[in-house]
Parts: sequence; structure tokens; C-alpha cells
Amino acid sequence: MSRLQIRDVSVLYPGVNGGEAVTALSGINFNIEPGEFVVALGASGCGKTTLLNLMAGFIQPSEGYLTLGESSIAGLPRVACGLDLKDQISGPGKDRGVVFQKHALLPWLNVLENAAFGLKLQGVGESERKARAAEYLKLVGLEDFHNHPVYQLSGGMQQRVGIARALTNDPQMLLLDEPLGALDALTREVLQELLLDVWLETKKMMFFITHSVEEALFMASRLIIMSPRPGRITHEFPLEFNKIFLENRDARKVKSMPEFIAMREKVLGIIHGDEAAGGGLH
Amino acid sequence: MNQTTAATTPVNAKVSINPVATPSILKRCLSVFAAGPVKPGESYGAPGQGKSLAISLFTTALLIGLWYIATYFQWVKPLFLPSPGAVVMRFWEVATEGFANATLLEHTGWSMMRVFSAFLLALVTAVPIGIFMGVNRIARGIFDPIIEFYRPLPPLAYLPLVIIWLGIGEVSKIVLIYLAIFAPMALSARAGVKSVAMEQIHAAYSMGASRWQVIRQIILINALPEILTGMRIGIGFGWTTLVAAEMVAAQAGLGFMVLNAAEFLVTDIVIMGIIVIGIIAYLFDMLMRYLEKKLVPWKGR
Ligand SMILES: Nc1ncnc2c1ncn2[C@@H]1O[C@H](COP(=O)(O)OP(=O)(O)O)[C@@H](O)[C@H]1O
Ligand SMILES: [Mg+2]
Repeated sequence: MSRLQIRDVSVLYPGVNGGEAVTALSGINFNIEPGEFVVALGASGCGKTTLLNLMAGFIQPSEGYLTLGESSIAGLPRVACGLDLKDQISGPGKDRGVVFQKHALLPWLNVLENAAFGLKLQGVGESERKARAAEYLKLVGLEDFHNHPVYQLSGGMQQRVGIARALTNDPQMLLLDEPLGALDALTREVLQELLLDVWLETKKMMFFITHSVEEALFMASRLIIMSPRPGRITHEFPLEFNKIFLENRDARKVKSMPEFIAMREKVLGIIHGDEAAGGGLH
Repeated sequence: MNQTTAATTPVNAKVSINPVATPSILKRCLSVFAAGPVKPGESYGAPGQGKSLAISLFTTALLIGLWYIATYFQWVKPLFLPSPGAVVMRFWEVATEGFANATLLEHTGWSMMRVFSAFLLALVTAVPIGIFMGVNRIARGIFDPIIEFYRPLPPLAYLPLVIIWLGIGEVSKIVLIYLAIFAPMALSARAGVKSVAMEQIHAAYSMGASRWQVIRQIILINALPEILTGMRIGIGFGWTTLVAAEMVAAQAGLGFMVLNAAEFLVTDIVIMGIIVIGIIAYLFDMLMRYLEKKLVPWKGR
């Protein structure tokens, strides 16, 4: 197993329509260790998506670099200067599965074909890829929906397909950008538990973005809190509420533990403090 | 209906039944035009929901009826507006005996050959070029000014040039129609390429897709609904340009037939030709809509 490393990363977006350039991220340094469930929490505009896009390899940092194990995701590893660096930068790859908030499924394919799409891209034969996709569909509770068109599914079921699809490639880590952000409260709680089960089952590294404090505390084995302008990590907390849940299977009990409530107040205090200090929600 | 009801009803009941029966029958008749079953949220929802087929049929029948009455009572001279009967008779006459040295089938055949050749030619050129413009900035740079410049020009404006360059044969006619179809089809294909959600592209890359796979398996399929819309719009432009294309040195064709008839003031053939062109174009549009439903059922979802 290999860790994800982020070193001295900053991202500067050029100004739109001649506006001022935006420092979306500045001085980001942290690792994700094998088996960790890292949650990034922060108001809109503090650079969470930018950070995830860097990890996925969709964008390049203005400074710094990211590596996963031995391979470079983005930016130039300084230690490797002198080598043919271009060859070493992988960009996006199937070792990192991505789950988006919405709009990412392919409406012309049914549930099973969507889940098997990554394997199809790699040229895996039809029967094998369908068998493997079916396994992960079972994991997310969609074993009875193989032939449904995805555009007829509810939002929660669509996200289940998205999670299964990302898992079918057997990536080292999952990157989830507010995957539950568009769901109703009940579905959201069901999928929180499902994701923790997937994590327990697959032992994958997780990087999960949310702006719900409760969700963050419930899911994270490590919580990072970000603040805007320039986007940076201001706090980090190791947490165990997810492990407690996976033992007692009672989400409401976990979320009403005095420790949970105290932590929630503390984190809310931090976020509101940021706001008072000029950060602010959009 | 009312009379029979009244006749078989006791005298004292007559008064109470008739006033009730009349509006209910009227209501039942009018209910054909109703919007159909109410959907939740309709009254404060998007305006214009509900069925419209019955209204369309009614309007069509009304127009034909007015046409019939206007000619029957000679409100307009037959030279300006021949009767529906005369037009139908002309239809039969041209279909069997022909007009201007060709039967209706031949006229129709020539016109369809021209429009559909141009359409197929546009399909195999405009769609790839439009897609190429969407995925490649150099292609966009090359084709954008050309298309945007000639697109708003009326075909009649560049018809002389096309004839000077390509002569008065079949080629110049097909090229004229082709040019009219090309622009909307290329621009739709380009818009289709642009309409793809960034999440879909990113998702594909993170599943290990190559650039070519992203273009072929995500972008192209995503563009299909708009490409089909472009085909619909394109063929419409094709029929619009037909008459212009058949203005010079045609021996047969619906546009030629209409122009020729107009020269000799045979108004019934002019109207008949217009109706035939309209019906063919309409049937093809229905076929395209059917294809759309079959090929891209996810459109708009
Ligand atoms: N493509 C872009 N071009 C210019 N500015 C951008 C772009 N993407 C994001 N930004 C800006 O960068 C900041 C961080 O954005 P983002 O990473 O999307 O934040 P979050 O996901 O936390 O809401 C915001 O101020 C946003 O306006
Ligand atoms: Mg975001």
C-alpha cells in the first residue's frame, strides 16, 4: 500500500474576464496514509474541489507536487530533476476513482453498463467486466437494478451507481466531491453508512469533501478544516466516530454522544471564527 | 339528439331536461380540446403544458374549410385562389398525365434526389467538421469565420456565383442546397460537443480513458441529440432552398414545377406543388422525431 503525498502545493487561477487572479490554494502540505478516511470541511470557495482536482490529476499546481506511492500525479517532484519529468506525470488514472456530486453517469448506458464502463475502457471482455461490476453493484445494494436506465433512478441510487463505478476499477483511493450534497437528509444518512461500510470492506484510502459539519465528524478518521482566501488547511483532527459506528451500528447514538456534540460545537466555532475574520460563506 | 330526447319525454319533464342536456353535449364536444389529465403543479407550473393535437387538427380543418367557402362563393378569383377541388384535380392530372414534360412522381423524385444528396453530403462533411470544431481549437479557428460569414446570406445571393463556378447542371443545384444545410448541421454538431458535462469527461479520465476514448465514447455520444436536431433543422433548410436551386435550367423538380406553373399563371399547380413539398418535408420531420425517440431516449433528462 502506498500513501498520497501533497507537498507545498499552491494553485493560482488567472482572473476571469480580466478580474483579479485567485489564489485557490496556498502552502498545502499533507499526506493520506493507507486506510485513512480523510474528510475536508470548509465553506464554499475555500478550495476543496481544487484540492480534489489536483489529487485526481485533472489540474496542475502552480507550485509544489503530488505523488501517490512511487508515481507522480501532478507537479514536478523536485527530487527527480534531471530526469525526463514529462514521462513521470500520470495525470488522472484508474488508481484514483472519483465520485462527483452529479451529472457524471452516462445516460445512454444502463446501471450495469455504467458500473462496468471503466473496465470496458481497459478492454476487459464483456462477461468478465459485467461479473465484476455486478459484485460492486451488490456492495452498494443495486443488485436488482442492473438493467434500469440511470436517468430513471433517484438521486441516491444514481450516487450508488457512481460509487460502484469508481470501485469497479479497484483503485487505491476514492476521491468524493460532495457526493451526498444533493440528496435529502434521510438518503444522505443511509449513504453515509453505506460509504463507511464500503471503506471497511475495501480498506481504500478515502478523500471526502463536505460542508456538513455533522457528516464530516461522522465519516472522518482525520478531519481537515480549510479556510478561504487564500485556500489553506487551518486545522486537523484525528477522529474515531466512524470506528465507533462500525462497531455499534447505531448512527443516532454516535451522533448524540457528548464527545460528538462537543466536537461539533468546536468545529462550528472554528468555521464561524473564520467567517468573522473575513472568510465568509458564499 | 335533443329532439329525440324531447319527443320521448313527458311534457312536464321537457323543461328541466333540455337546458341541462345542451350544455353537457357542448361540453363533451369541447372536451376534445381539453389539455388532458391534470398534472400536479400544473396551474402554477410552466405555461403551455397539455395536449395540442386536437387543436392542430381543428385549425387545419378550419383553414381548409375557409378556403373551400371562399372559393365556393367566389370571394376570390380562381386565378388568385383556386378551389381545393381544382387543386386535387390538378394533383391527379399531374400525377397521371404530367406537367412540363414530367409526371408528379418524376418531379418529386428529382427534387428528393437533390435534397437528399445534399443532405447526405452534408451529413458526412458537416457533422465531422462540426465535431472537429468542438474538440480542436485550430479547426474552430479555420471554419468559424467561413461558416459564420456565409450562414446569414440568402442562397439566392450566392446562387449566381455557384452557377458561374459549377455550371447549370445538377452539381450546382445540389451544392446550393448543400451549402444551406451545411451551416446549421455543423453548428449543431459543434454545440453538441460543447454540451458535455465536465464531470463526465473527468470521470472517464479517472477510469483510465485515453483522449481518443473520451472523444469517441463520451463526447460523441453526448453530442448525438444535438446532431439529430441539426439534421432536422438542416433538412428543413434544404427544402427551403429547393425552389431557388431549381430556378435555373432545371428540366424537372417540384420547385421547377411551381416556378413554371407560376409563369403561366396556373395557380392550382403552384398551390399543389407547395402542398406536396410541405407534406414531404413534414413526413421527413416526423421520421426524424421518431429516430430521436429511438436513438436518444435520454435527451433532456
Ligand atoms: N477554473 C477556475 N477559474 C478561476 N477561478 C476558479 C476556478 N475554479 C475555482 N476557482 C476559484 O477558486 C476558489 C476555490 O474554488 P473551489 O476549489 O471550487 O472551492 P470549493 O470546492 O471549496 O467550493 C473559488 O474562489 C473559485 O471562485
Ligand atoms: Mg466544490
